Amino acid sequence: MVVFPVDPIAVFGHWLELFEPMSAPNKSYDPVEVTSLHPDEVARVRADALAAIEAASSLDELKQVRLAHAGDRSPLALANREIGALPPHAKAEAGKRVGGARRDVSEALKRRQAELEDERDQRVLVEEAVDVTLPWDRAPRGARHPLTTIAERMTDVFVSMGFEIAEGPEVEAEWFNFDALNFPPAHPAREMQDTFFVESEESGLVLRTHTSPMQIRALLSRELPVYVVCAGKTFRTDELDATHSPVFHQMEGLVVDEGITMADLRGAIDAFVVGMFGEGLRTRFRPYFFPFTEPSGEVDMECFVCRGASAEPGGEPCRTCRSEGWIELGGCGMVNPRVLIACGVDPERYSGWAFGLGVERTLMFRHGVEDMHDMVEGDVRFTRAFGMEI
Amino acid sequence: MRVPISWLREYAELPAEATPREIARRLIAAGLEVETIDELGADLTGPLVVGRVLAVEELTEFKKPIRYCQVDIGNPEPQNIVCGATNFAEGDLVVVVLPGGVLPGGFEISARKTYGKVSEGMICSERELGMGEGHEGILVLPESSGVPGQDAIELLRLRDDVLDLAITPDRGYTASVRGVAREAATAFGVPFHDPAADVPPAETAESYPASIADPAACSRYVLREVRDLDPAAPSPIWMVRRLQKCGVRSISLAVDITNYLMLELGQPLHAWDRGKLSGPIVVRRAERGERMETLDHVVRDLDPEDVLITDESGPVNIAGVMGGLTTEIDEKSTDIVIEAAHFSPEAIGRTARRHKLHSDSSYRFERGIDHELQRQAAATAVRLLAELGGARIVLGETNLRAPVEAVTITIRADHPDRVAGMSYGRDTVVRRLRDVGCGVSGEDVLTVTPPSWRPDLRDPNDLAEEVIRLEGYENIPAHAPRSVAGRGLTPGQRLRRRVGRALAAAGHVEVLDYPFVSEGDWDSLQLPADDDRRHALRLANPLTGEEPLLRTTLLPGLFRALGRNVGRGFGDVALYEIGLVYRPKRTSSGEAVPPPPRLSVDRGPTAEELAAVEAALPDQPVRVGVVLAGDREPAGWWGTGRPANWADAIEAARVVADEAGVELQVKADRHAPWHPGRCAALLVGDVLVGHAGELHPRVIKAYDLPARTCAMELDLTRVESQAVDVVPAPDITTYPVATQDVALIVPETVPAADVEAALREGVARHGAGELLESIRLFDLYTGEQAGEGNKSLAYTMRFRAADRTLTVEETTGARDAAVAEASERVGAVLRGG
Ligand SMILES: [Zn+2]
Repeated sequence: MVVFPVDPIAVFGHWLELFEPMSAPNKSYDPVEVTSLHPDEVARVRADALAAIEAASSLDELKQVRLAHAGDRSPLALANREIGALPPHAKAEAGKRVGGARRDVSEALKRRQAELEDERDQRVLVEEAVDVTLPWDRAPRGARHPLTTIAERMTDVFVSMGFEIAEGPEVEAEWFNFDALNFPPAHPAREMQDTFFVESEESGLVLRTHTSPMQIRALLSRELPVYVVCAGKTFRTDELDATHSPVFHQMEGLVVDEGITMADLRGAIDAFVVGMFGEGLRTRFRPYFFPFTEPSGEVDMECFVCRGASAEPGGEPCRTCRSEGWIELGGCGMVNPRVLIACGVDPERYSGWAFGLGVERTLMFRHGVEDMHDMVEGDVRFTRAFGMEI
Repeated sequence: MRVPISWLREYAELPAEATPREIARRLIAAGLEVETIDELGADLTGPLVVGRVLAVEELTEFKKPIRYCQVDIGNPEPQNIVCGATNFAEGDLVVVVLPGGVLPGGFEISARKTYGKVSEGMICSERELGMGEGHEGILVLPESSGVPGQDAIELLRLRDDVLDLAITPDRGYTASVRGVAREAATAFGVPFHDPAADVPPAETAESYPASIADPAACSRYVLREVRDLDPAAPSPIWMVRRLQKCGVRSISLAVDITNYLMLELGQPLHAWDRGKLSGPIVVRRAERGERMETLDHVVRDLDPEDVLITDESGPVNIAGVMGGLTTEIDEKSTDIVIEAAHFSPEAIGRTARRHKLHSDSSYRFERGIDHELQRQAAATAVRLLAELGGARIVLGETNLRAPVEAVTITIRADHPDRVAGMSYGRDTVVRRLRDVGCGVSGEDVLTVTPPSWRPDLRDPNDLAEEVIRLEGYENIPAHAPRSVAGRGLTPGQRLRRRVGRALAAAGHVEVLDYPFVSEGDWDSLQLPADDDRRHALRLANPLTGEEPLLRTTLLPGLFRALGRNVGRGFGDVALYEIGLVYRPKRTSSGEAVPPPPRLSVDRGPTAEELAAVEAALPDQPVRVGVVLAGDREPAGWWGTGRPANWADAIEAARVVADEAGVELQVKADRHAPWHPGRCAALLVGDVLVGHAGELHPRVIKAYDLPARTCAMELDLTRVESQAVDVVPAPDITTYPVATQDVALIVPETVPAADVEAALREGVARHGAGELLESIRLFDLYTGEQAGEGNKSLAYTMRFRAADRTLTVEETTGARDAAVAEASERVGAVLRGG
């Protein structure tokens, strides 16, 4: 700790003066006749004091100077005491003279004190300097997995639009994962989703192949209208390679309300793109097929890095969109009325949209992750790079 | 499905200036998934001509056979060409690239001296011409397919663009040139010429005898026959080339014709050698125990669900999937029976999956083919056999038909408007449905009959999609989202996020492991034989046989992630995971719960049905796991490091508990996989929520982890159930604090938690519980002064009152009461007292 010494005289000197004895008033006294009050003498004493103050080269010296020239026994203090004995007519003039001198001395002291303290501080603080470039990695950094944080960010865009987050099991009944989503048994659409069967192919239990069973759960457990979003682990029998993983994550939003149209779907996706990637990016829809939506589509968004410039003739190549200008975002569509029926919802009255996308894929193109292994292996170097939010 | 643009243009009058890219773009916009465009022969330049080999001189002085050939290329003088292949003879028609020509791959040809002769060009192989990966050696053209000097680029259609389409399950009709051409014509608004437009006149006579035993499996069955086919008749170049461009190898004329028509029309055809069939054909399901050897030389055990084509000898085909070996066409076959059928998509799909036998034929059948195309396809096949192979068409046609469910869909004319959120108008809707091939009648309400090739059109929304896609998805407007009143995240959702953040802030790095484990993990974890964690769900089709189980604990995955990090040079690591574990339910008698019922999809399930489904699902609680190894704080210029220990593992659990606002009770426990002397059971109130501590050395060895690795696993679902919803504000008093320090000597075996509990209890009994602000262990000492087998625990007790300054007598009294209680309950002796 740095200690700044306090000079007690500087603080208390003024008070001590009050208790000094004074000469009794003397009506016949002429200040000029009192040597100490003579203007020349006051000027001399003042000049001596100022010179001494200026000459003080340390706080200690200044302390001595203060005692000698501003202390109780200093010439000016003694002179001041004489004023009381003066006849009233002389008091004012002498008081003014001595007071002025004392004030000058006091101010000089204050100024010199400040100067010397500055000098002292500079010296002491320099002495106390440390090497602030020394590394201090004593508390190791933790981090959340970027798939967790980006999934939260994605869902939060929908939460900010008033959606609630739906959750469900990962070992799922086939009825939720397929049947209720209008995947008829033995339909090639089931084949598209390489399914992990739990216990046996006939058990009726699977590792959910997509987050879409949450659509069914949400419709069965919530009051209409339903505005939900969900994100979570999904499973397919793909070997781990640079772009595939048997365990991956999806996020999807679902709306079922009266009078919902594809225009609402488009608007919601545009809002999502703004929330995740910023303003001014175009989106485009292409027809596609999903059993649980009809009509179905796939959505592309304009590349948020090159904004399509890389696809123009002579454009700089873009890694993010592989110079396509567009990035495949996800799948979407209008909730198939057959799904509504399987959930006991009247398709004459209600319609809805669903929109889903891959979390890994989003992390890959948004952050330039090149290899699925990095997201799977739990290497602390990878995860720490992303910190707590994404 | 690969579609050559040249073939497409035959049926769709596409504008000459439409580039392959533009065609692909419009098809994509219409909902066809064009994955790539192959520009065949794009870098090919002539001169490339047909040549006839006039003379061959064998040069024998080289290590391999070399031929010096004179080739007639239509000039007065023959061309002299050196060739290293030997699969051709004098008189053969070949393709010659002349000096100045460039073959695919930028391979430039010039006249040059080789093997002592000047070669004025090159005789080409299929591969060199970019025709395909067919056979090695020189391409020998069928006799009379061209004349010397003729441009071979044109003759062989070497320049073409081929679209590669991925077919979505609803668009089976686009697995044909016919289907894609229809879409292309619609997309460009140009005429479409249906290659199946000509329906052959009805035949009066029966052809090969056949019957359908199971009409549910087969709704159409057409057979036609030819005789006296020339088995040596080659397939014409144009057909071979088209097959090649579609990725199909030429085999023989009869087989090529069936493949060609399948590609063109989407109708799979089968050809048998009539001489190998015995007796009438019956389309039926397999009988139990039946077997047959398919064309791929695999003997297959048939399932009673499999649909078969049989004759008197037994099964001859697995219907719609693959033919049998016994009736295969061979190089002597002259009498051919052609089969064109429509099989049940479900039956074919199940059979293909059951036998893991996916053929071009099953691919189309399971997606649903045109059910009115069989007669045209069979008639075209026999016509081509006659035209190209000199066969004689047998009069008559076997034509069996089972009823096909007639589909008519009624929609409001504005239904597409209501789906899309924009206005198309009735006329557009009707026009677009007719473009698709639908029959449409009605005004405000339309009665729509989908065409025979669109079995996917069943619902009003299916029709809406047709209108909307043809009018362009890109023209759908975007409506700003409605504002809805959401309630935000649930307390549990917020808690899980907080727990993740808090653990990360405390220096733990999150991992997301696969949930796959093995029986070996249970042994490695030292789980007792009856440990419930061994009771795990098993995958029917795991990726690797080694990890067929679903985790019942997060720890094995965390150990593996730790091992990977250690292996990569990161030995000082704290990892965490938040994820589900899967605990199968059991009935009260300990049996596995029954599987979930298969519910209807024609209505919403009842509460009872839903409950039955839920009851069949395993419990899937959310767990938090932590594993710590190496130094928790590294050594550095400031001094030594601090190794992670059991207390860090418990502290991680406290971090979680703090986020939930619950107080964690810690008790000594013995529980695998922890060190029996360094394992804590973690409780919230009376509820066991998890364990923490140092791992058992054997576990550390089994997983090859750093010595003294520590771990924690907590059931977050249970913690969540105890979580405090609304925290009551504490009373903050500004009266001064009074502290009392006590040092107590207790036997070493007494847990510190018990001593503290006794102190608290003593204060409470003294009536000063309200005044005790905190109690903190500030020193632990074992050694001489504590006495053999004892330890000394030193506590600071802080007292404070809400309404007054406490007197020394008050706090001393409370302290003495605390010590007395500790003395009574755990035998504590006041040190120095
Ligand atoms: Zn880009």
